[in-house]
Amino acid sequence: MCGIAGLIHRGKSSDVGSEMTSMLQSLKHRGPDSTGFALYGAGNDNSYVMRLNVAEQEDMRKSYEIHQQVKDRLVKVDSRLAEIGVNVTNREATTEYSHRYHFNFDGDMRKLADYIEDVDGTEILSIGSALELIKDLGDATTVSEQYNLAGFKGTHAIGHTRMATESDVDIRSAHPYWAYPFNDVSVVHNGQLTNYWTSRRTMERLGHRFMSNCDSELIAVYIANRMTLGDDLESAMQRSIEELDGVFTYLIATSDKLGMAKDVMAAKPMVLYESDEFVGLASEEVAIRSIFPNEIDTFDPYEGEVRVWEI
Amino acid sequence: MGNISHKSHNMGLHEEQLTGRTQQRFFSAEEGENYTYPWAHDVDTDKSAEFDADDMTPTAINLKIRELLIDGHGTITVHNPKARHGIGVGILNRVNLNFVGSLGYFGCGLIDGPNVRISGRVGWSCAENMMAGTVIIEKNAGSTFGAAIRGGDLVCKGSVGSRTGIDQKGGTIIVGGDTGAFSGFMMQRGRMVICGNAGKNLGDSMYDGTIYVGGKIADLGVDCVEGEMTDIDRKWLTEKLALHGVEPANGIENMTKLVSGKQLWNYDNLEPSEKKLVL
Repeated sequence: MCGIAGLIHRGKSSDVGSEMTSMLQSLKHRGPDSTGFALYGAGNDNSYVMRLNVAEQEDMRKSYEIHQQVKDRLVKVDSRLAEIGVNVTNREATTEYSHRYHFNFDGDMRKLADYIEDVDGTEILSIGSALELIKDLGDATTVSEQYNLAGFKGTHAIGHTRMATESDVDIRSAHPYWAYPFNDVSVVHNGQLTNYWTSRRTMERLGHRFMSNCDSELIAVYIANRMTLGDDLESAMQRSIEELDGVFTYLIATSDKLGMAKDVMAAKPMVLYESDEFVGLASEEVAIRSIFPNEIDTFDPYEGEVRVWEI
Repeated sequence: MGNISHKSHNMGLHEEQLTGRTQQRFFSAEEGENYTYPWAHDVDTDKSAEFDADDMTPTAINLKIRELLIDGHGTITVHNPKARHGIGVGILNRVNLNFVGSLGYFGCGLIDGPNVRISGRVGWSCAENMMAGTVIIEKNAGSTFGAAIRGGDLVCKGSVGSRTGIDQKGGTIIVGGDTGAFSGFMMQRGRMVICGNAGKNLGDSMYDGTIYVGGKIADLGVDCVEGEMTDIDRKWLTEKLALHGVEPANGIENMTKLVSGKQLWNYDNLEPSEKKLVL
């Protein structure tokens, strides 16, 4: 059991950081292990934001050497970025192990990602012009305060509270997943994929990378693969309903779109509120109510349903 | 099969004869509604109370309802339930209960007797295992709506999610809009009325009971077959739907009646005494 939530403001920006924190905090009972946010701010075509972890939160408590190792890894990341012609305009440390880079780059993003992740213990959480992906252990309020998310202005966001069933409790297995190496594409998922290993091997043979053993990562990789083959977001999602096996509901976001898909068994919950200005989705209505004190009309999407909204 | 003398006949347990595909009723929801528990609180429906649940936990809300029942309040209005889970559960008392707002999961589950009105929406498993009473929802409902209910009227004026009335053992479920897949799965007794469209696998593996659908049916589940609409069906539908102010999309005349084909699972080859044990 996990909790997922998504929101999209159509035609305006809002404090999506606080809104998503409030939604995810009210879904805490669905998953207390970790919380993740994918927030979409105002995009800029030439500059990118990269969220990078150089160690797991758990690693930081294990030994004294890790503090030096983290510094060494950062030096290596910086030198590699410079080497492939990335112009870093800003770098800030949100925690000791988690860093946010602002940079300009017009080369191959996949090569960049592969080269940086080749540094031992390093994982790129996201790269995008609008996307900022934050995930860590703890509930929504803890993560939001740790990464200072309140006041984040944006148009849309997705989020996840995780109850670990298929893999470890660590940041690597936490959602959302970035659809590597596509800019600005992220996924959150509630459910289980029963053809995970066979599909993962198929994807690995095609050259895609998996950072965790979490089945949800497969959705991000699957969608990325379909988009590489020329599918648009909605048709890739439609196909995923047929090709991914199991019970699942997932949300996916790009720089200007938010989508949801529900499996043919409709075994995982999703509540939807839709108006001309705003669309809110969550595993439970209580999350939508946390940002809407007034009475609203909500409904459950049906089995095998795919919906996509634009900002 | 009709004239076979059963051992249970001789024991005086029942008098009815088994006649194959007919719908026999071995207990009556209406009779159940007249039953009151010895420990039920003596309430006066003219004595009303209301409270705001905005800052209350679900436990506190349920305790507050019980306190008001003990004090003899027969009409209770709860404002701002804010889609919290497990509100209004386990009430075994005659009472008029009004929720102004929406309920979350398991709203009004395990109830026996109250008349509940919900002005908003309900989440998954609303009125699960209801024994008697009425629950009326003005907006939409989530999945597993009215799972395993045994009696009473459960009415959603909007659309509901998937698996509506799964394992229904009696009573009536009325849906004003559409329903999702697997509705009426393993239905054992009672009636379900869907005024709009029904999703796929409708009535899959149903033992008995009747489903009426006003709109389109995506497909029928295993052992769910079309039955013949009789005057009794039409009369019952007219009265019941008028009572709750719900109208089927294409009129009662054009509704489809669905029953169990009884090729897979059914109780007709069981002794009625055994049926009582199973149900």
